[in-house]
Amino acid sequence: MKDRYGSGKLLLELFMIALGLLFLVPLYLVFINAFKRYDEILTSASSLPERFQLSNFVTVWQEMKFPTVFANSLIITVLSVLGILLFSSAAAYQLVRRPGKMSNIIFLGILSAMVIPFQTMMIPLLMVAKDFMMINNLPGIITMYWGFGIPLALFLYHGFIKGVPVELEEAATIDGSGVFGVFFRILLPLLTPITVTIAILHSLWIWNDFLLPYIVLNSKAVQTIPLASYIYFGEYMNQWHLALAAMTLAVIPIVVFFLLMQRYIIQGITAGAVKG
Amino acid sequence: MTQTKTKKLLIYFTFVSPAVLLFALIIMLPFARAIIFSFQDWDGISTDIKWVGWSNYTTIFHDSAYLKSFWFTLKYVAVSTLLVNLIGFALAIVLNMKLKTKNVLRTVYFMPHVIGTLIIGFIWQFIISQVFPQIAEWTGWHIFGVNWLSYPSYAFWALILVNVWYSAGYFMVIYIAALQGISTELLEAAQIDGVNRWQRMWHIVLPLVRNAITICLFLAITSGFKVFDLNLALTKGGPFGSTESLALHIYQDAFANNNYTLASTKAIIFFIVLGAITLIQVFAMKRKEVEM
Repeated sequence: MKDRYGSGKLLLELFMIALGLLFLVPLYLVFINAFKRYDEILTSASSLPERFQLSNFVTVWQEMKFPTVFANSLIITVLSVLGILLFSSAAAYQLVRRPGKMSNIIFLGILSAMVIPFQTMMIPLLMVAKDFMMINNLPGIITMYWGFGIPLALFLYHGFIKGVPVELEEAATIDGSGVFGVFFRILLPLLTPITVTIAILHSLWIWNDFLLPYIVLNSKAVQTIPLASYIYFGEYMNQWHLALAAMTLAVIPIVVFFLLMQRYIIQGITAGAVKG
Repeated sequence: MTQTKTKKLLIYFTFVSPAVLLFALIIMLPFARAIIFSFQDWDGISTDIKWVGWSNYTTIFHDSAYLKSFWFTLKYVAVSTLLVNLIGFALAIVLNMKLKTKNVLRTVYFMPHVIGTLIIGFIWQFIISQVFPQIAEWTGWHIFGVNWLSYPSYAFWALILVNVWYSAGYFMVIYIAALQGISTELLEAAQIDGVNRWQRMWHIVLPLVRNAITICLFLAITSGFKVFDLNLALTKGGPFGSTESLALHIYQDAFANNNYTLASTKAIIFFIVLGAITLIQVFAMKRKEVEM
């Protein structure tokens, strides 16, 4: 197939660049307006600020308690994802290596839960959570993410482990490794590609998740970034200079993370979608 | 012999039970209770929970707000599934060509997707309510002069627009991966045989990315049905409840009106409809897939 770069391609390329810039305009406008005074935004949203003043950010940083909120989001995301990875890979390991009726029932049972929308479980979940004192604290919400994250992670690990030859594990067993040694030292390193995929999918989901924190985290000390943004936006409705500074703060960490980890994120999302 | 068998069983349970227990506690128990709730009547506070049989199910079929949100959600799913897939596929076709800026452009189109949908909703609330009127002033175009969020038909398209902006790049990425799986030899052979561009697209490329189309339709349908954050942040279900999604409606019913049992019934129907539609879609499309 001839794939020359002619004038047609050039036109197409210019069109795609223009469209790409249009895609970025909303983010650009949020960013530059976050540096403006309130009246400046209302007169002209598209012009650059008279001067890049940081006072909006200073106000929001303090009122939203941004460092605390950021730390909460980070702790919740990291510990949730680590737990999901550990519990799912451990379960998938035994379910694949010890097939049978029991393993089948467990696997298919957990798998079928993937189609249940969150709203269906949301109301009774709140009651279960109250019974187990999982409301308004970080360990509680982390435990819930473990539960919600397991089906997809188990499914992806299950598929991957089936493709890993069992001989390595048998050799390690003959050499005197216990089952934990085999799992942690032999199998887990072999699972790295799928682990990266699962970690990325779940990190993005948990970091950006709003509804679960909204119903189980009420006190200010445990709020996450999306939740704090929602509350802040509600309080300062139409005070666009502050609202936009809050949005900018909320967007920056995830966009920076994306730009740094781009390759892995896009690969991970593709792999997750295709297998899932 | 029995000792090693017990030991193996013990190991099995050590590895499997954390996942099973978490699953049972966080997903199965609430799900089972939701089913039970759908046959009960309870205000969420009193200790007296009455059994009411199927009456919740008959009640919700006369609940006009629920039916309205169902209808809105179906329309939203149909239109947005179609658009995000068409646009995502078109972007993928173009960015799979040898363009000089294709890598940067892929990043740009995908970028909105890493931001949470709640924040996306707020960003666009700003764009639509503050920036659109200013665009109308410069250009004189009527379409930017009306406040999109205060007229039902415009609010619907505002949600679609934002969802396309948010999701097109995601579907593009999946389609690009599928397009890269097509062997260039096959396409070259077709060209030698004198196949034109449209025939090539219709008879070779589309059948070979059918698997990706199945996946993308599935993802678009399920995420469309579950839309919540975006409605909450962009339109709050308004104006006049015209853009209240099912998920938002169930949330409001449960936590604003304390209608736990009725909301659970609505959520069960939601689950059944979503499950049925996705099962039908996946099975119908899987049958026709080409094995390579």
